[in-house]
Amino acid sequence: MELIFFFIMAALSVLSALSVVFAKSPVHSVLSLIVTFFLLSGQYVLLNAQFVAIVNLIVYAGAIMVLFLFVLMLLNLKDEAEPQKSNLVRLSVTISAGMLLLTLMGSLRGVMAIPPPPPQSATVGLVENLGKILFSDFVVPFEIASILFIAAMVGAVLIGKRNKEKDSEPLTTF
Amino acid sequence: MLNSIQIIPIEYYLVLSSVLFSIGVLGVMIRRNAIVVLMCIELMLNAVNLLLVAFSTYLGDGHGQVFVFFIMVVAAAEATIGLSVLVLIYRNTKGVDIHQLDQLKH
Repeated sequence: MELIFFFIMAALSVLSALSVVFAKSPVHSVLSLIVTFFLLSGQYVLLNAQFVAIVNLIVYAGAIMVLFLFVLMLLNLKDEAEPQKSNLVRLSVTISAGMLLLTLMGSLRGVMAIPPPPPQSATVGLVENLGKILFSDFVVPFEIASILFIAAMVGAVLIGKRNKEKDSEPLTTF
Repeated sequence: MLNSIQIIPIEYYLVLSSVLFSIGVLGVMIRRNAIVVLMCIELMLNAVNLLLVAFSTYLGDGHGQVFVFFIMVVAAAEATIGLSVLVLIYRNTKGVDIHQLDQLKH
């Protein structure tokens, strides 16, 4: 039963990932990527990682992809199709990506020796266990992550601010 | 819920994650729209996340899932900054074609 679920979700996620790459319009790419993230959350549930599954849904499918969609709508790109690279470039890119896949597959041949999971591993992915790890072993990276977020927020505001002397009418001052 | 770990071998997750990563690499190299390139980078990050969660569950160790959490934090910050840079580029060049963005060469 779990195997059937795994294969269905794996096939669908590979298909939607391919559709991210080959979709004509960028909006379709965003929507396919959201489908991929939902299917990956399903995989996380199958792997007993409930916390990661929910955070993946909220952060990726909820926040980041809405940001992408928002910027896409904001830019309002033209309707004509995106110019394609030349056929030679496309062929060589496909071949090199396929060779990367072959290399990854070949390097994964030695991992059969993973020991069977210990009996307590059913609770590994729960919020309680992960919170204990996060706030004992990883407190300093957690706080640094908040600094990173503040820096990203301030940087985004500064970058996105309209250049006054260049392209806007003079501001009405009080 | 432990039986799903015993039924599905870990190699299946490794194969799925490498396939998704290669599709992300393909997208980064083959597309010219910079927003789609950013989305393919997110796809590669998610393939690595799947690998980390699979190993974390199969080894019974939660540290890998905390790493996934940090990868998500960094990816969110990266998407914010990258998209605002793209908006700035769009204001200057009226497009997000990465072939127009090679001005540093000239």
